[in-house]
Amino acid sequence: MADHGMKLTLKIWRQKGPKDAGKLVDYPVTDVSPDMSFLEMLDVLNEQLVMKGEEPVAFDHDCREGICGMCSLYINGRAHGPQTGITTCQLHMRSFNDGDTIYIEPWRAEAFPVIKDLVVDRSAFDRIIQAGGYISVNTGAAQDANCLPVNKKDADAAFSAAMCIGCGACVATCKNASAMLFVSAKVSQLALLPQGRIEAEERVLNMVQQMDVEGFGNCTNTGACEVECPKGISLQNIARLNREYLSAALMSEK
Amino acid sequence: MCALNSKIPVGPVDKKWTDYKDHALLVNPSNKRSIDVIVIGSGLAGASAAASLAEMGYAVKCFCFQDSPRRAHSIAAQGGINAAKNYKNDGDSTYRLFYDTIKGGDYRAREANVHRLAEVSAAIIDQCVAQGVPFAREYGGLLDNRSFGGTQVQRTFYAAGQTGQQLLLGAYSALSKEISKGSVKMYNRHEMMDVVNVNGKTRGVIVRNLVTGKIERHGGHAVLLCTGGYGNVFFLSTNAMGCNVSAAWKAHKRGAYFGNPCYTQIHPTCIPVSGDHQSKLTLMSESLRNDGRIWVPAKLEDAKAIQQGKKKATELAEADRDYYLERRYPAFGNLVPRDVASRAAKERCDAGHGVNATGEAVFLDYAAAFERYGHIEANKRNLVNADSATIIAMGKEVVKEKYGNLFDMYQQITGENPYEVPMKIYPAVHYTMGGLWVDYELMTTVPGLYALGEANFSDHGANRLGASALMQGLADGYFVIPYTIGNYLANDIRTGKIPTDTPEFDEAEKAVKDRISFFVNNKGTRTVDHFHKRLGKVMWDKCGMARNAKGLTEAVGEIRAIREEFWKDVRVPGSESDFNPELEKACRVADFLELAELMCLDALSREESCGGHFREEHQTEEGEAKRDDVGMAFVSAWEFAGDPGKAVLHKEELVYENIKVVQRSYK
Ligand SMILES: Cc1cc2nc3c(=O)[nH]c(=O)nc-3n(C[C@H](O)[C@H](O)[C@H](O)COP(=O)(O)OP(=O)(O)OC[C@H]3O[C@@H](n4cnc5c(N)ncnc54)[C@H](O)[C@@H]3O)c2cc1C
Ligand code: SF4
Ligand code: FES
Repeated sequence: MADHGMKLTLKIWRQKGPKDAGKLVDYPVTDVSPDMSFLEMLDVLNEQLVMKGEEPVAFDHDCREGICGMCSLYINGRAHGPQTGITTCQLHMRSFNDGDTIYIEPWRAEAFPVIKDLVVDRSAFDRIIQAGGYISVNTGAAQDANCLPVNKKDADAAFSAAMCIGCGACVATCKNASAMLFVSAKVSQLALLPQGRIEAEERVLNMVQQMDVEGFGNCTNTGACEVECPKGISLQNIARLNREYLSAALMSEK
Repeated sequence: MCALNSKIPVGPVDKKWTDYKDHALLVNPSNKRSIDVIVIGSGLAGASAAASLAEMGYAVKCFCFQDSPRRAHSIAAQGGINAAKNYKNDGDSTYRLFYDTIKGGDYRAREANVHRLAEVSAAIIDQCVAQGVPFAREYGGLLDNRSFGGTQVQRTFYAAGQTGQQLLLGAYSALSKEISKGSVKMYNRHEMMDVVNVNGKTRGVIVRNLVTGKIERHGGHAVLLCTGGYGNVFFLSTNAMGCNVSAAWKAHKRGAYFGNPCYTQIHPTCIPVSGDHQSKLTLMSESLRNDGRIWVPAKLEDAKAIQQGKKKATELAEADRDYYLERRYPAFGNLVPRDVASRAAKERCDAGHGVNATGEAVFLDYAAAFERYGHIEANKRNLVNADSATIIAMGKEVVKEKYGNLFDMYQQITGENPYEVPMKIYPAVHYTMGGLWVDYELMTTVPGLYALGEANFSDHGANRLGASALMQGLADGYFVIPYTIGNYLANDIRTGKIPTDTPEFDEAEKAVKDRISFFVNNKGTRTVDHFHKRLGKVMWDKCGMARNAKGLTEAVGEIRAIREEFWKDVRVPGSESDFNPELEKACRVADFLELAELMCLDALSREESCGGHFREEHQTEEGEAKRDDVGMAFVSAWEFAGDPGKAVLHKEELVYENIKVVQRSYK
């Protein structure tokens, strides 16, 4: 394997803490196998840094299979790296070439402050969900599941929206740092289902309000978010949110 | 030393739970507000428990080590969740789910618990649908089902290959609803470091804020550990990187008995290891076994040619393929339970029939499914004369709809297109049936300390059936703990706030701080992962899919040696008062190094083969697992006694009154 190993230069954002200034630092790496995942390549670097007595690079990750939404690297100017439709942890080194220089940075958005190196604080997303991203049903109060048929088309559309993993790539990639794709995915999922309709108006108003409070920017329909979203969350959700929001705002004015 | 009291209610098995609920003590709403419940973990078990208890009025604090409760490892579950709804009209019932689970668990689970699980299963689906969980539906708008291993009915509800994600997001939304009301206080990026007992009862926890490094004390009237499984003791597993045993292990060291630590589930359908850099393994959902066929080359020379890359799978004629599961188990075929499927794969690969460079892989082939689905589509569309290419293309479309995300994932990881060449799979560590011993009320042997979800040992015996962990986690959280916890807390309504400025909290906090400062000051020469990988290799080789007395005895010695070296030579960079992932890992691996020894001791003492525990000394002539129902029909509950090697074994006899215990047969 050694003779197939790639040589790369990594330029990684290092930042000690939320209040410290950060900078890009160069790290040469060798012997990178194309079968490694991107994060495994960083594991190898970190092992070497620890052995050299340096602090390893902090980055968020957990499931390493594209579903928990924890990993969040901005690679060569793109959220989750050069491939579309995948998360950082699903990116493999076979997507790079021997001799490449790779820039690795954290998500950048006012609403996502850096904690350390490549790790950011995305708790704003949790607070948006807390503002209304749920159906108010208590445990034990539900009727038989099949008493509530749902048109398959709507159910499938709700599922497509529900696939959002809350990674924040949409925010990181948007020049306005807008969270519209994320918010619209949840609004849509619940608005498409009969059980979600009951609170639909309040939900959209409250979630959008919280989004503004958190300091996310406005959506100007650039569409960059849809391109970088690893789960293919569609812009149609934003359109649906806008419709829901308008009609809810009208209703609440009455 | 307390004798094990499982608190199983008397009466017929199908009346026990109703009867229990009718008589359990209640806490009135105004008293609930002054009772603090601490929930560690926000996976299916933790989030559902925290939300439900908060709805009832308890003051809940919930902790998780990820940056959001939505990222707990439950999110990764793919295939589905079982429930005895009988929506398919195929003969399913509470009894059948109960029966299948006991049988699938190789007759090593408690009847009463499993029956309760089957009873509440249907309500879980109702609850999730009401929350807006978008399960797969049929054209009529009603819920769809698929089948899973170890059963002959279709009772698995699913949301494409993301069932765990959708269920967890449902529980997370319920949790978020309660957080917004202030009835749950959520602590993200906080790791529980120890439990604190006062006068024999658990009264709180010590946690570390992972961002600031600050050590905090939290008092509560009850503590629920919903902290998941410990498969990562093997280093490589399908679990998320952060999964660990620490919370359960700390509880064990504070008096909670550990149940059946050796029962580990090795999942048959995972993507094989690709190299030394490997950090985790990826599961290909069991649902793929519904439609895929598993095979290896029948002839050794073909296997060798494939291993060396000189021949392709597609070049082998039907007659040269050994569909070994269909051959050995005609009744269940590719849908035998996981333990059986995994061992059969190992057996073929050990015999030299493996199909990748390392010889540790078998084929999972969809060619027949493409054809079958293609024909169905052609019929549906009235295409009488469709050629075979069209049929296969239509079949691929159907498969894509059903399993597209799994196929994509496979291609992403291996670089091979599974629509064109058969997938390669191999067993990998996936789930731990063992865990903290709990009674019928989910309470550990320490009063006030509960364990829910994968963290407890309870419902799956020696082998868990597919789609049953999600069911159990949500059953525990939504429908069991809300009833059982009152029975304990009803006696606590006059206790008042639990003070944290007591010697017990001082002692626990000091121990935590000492350990952390040891790590950051120990200038060793090897990284945490170095030790973790070595431990994992010992466990996989000697306490994995097949075990024997010699190997297990050696493993104990090797684990002790690695542990000793770890404490001398580990290097943890960075500081204690900072975000420090290496420090987190060090704390977790230290506990794995102790648990591993107990797992081997448990495996040594279990002189039989059952479920995921296969002792080579105990097998039938055909190489099937051989249980000892006379001598070994008990739960092993281990009491900590100063050192993992000195743990004391307690036995809870398993009594089967409703199910006839027979040797499992899937032939
Ligand atoms: C890849 C994969 C696929 C699976 N597919 C299926 C399936 O299709 N069907 C099925 O039924 N089962 C499946 N399972 C099994 C199932 O997903 C798990 O058993 C189940 O989700 C565990 O849920 P849990 O709530 O017990 O724990 P988890 O979801 O693991 O949650 C543990 C929680 O505890 C927290 N935690 C742990 N330790 C600490 C600590 N010290 N301090 C603070 N917090 C802590 C974590 O932050 C997390 O919130 C699958 C498992 C894997 C690995
Ligand atoms: S919408 Fe897409 S990019 Fe945005 S958080 Fe969800 S999954 Fe991530
Ligand atoms: S680590 Fe979970 S999505 Fe990447």
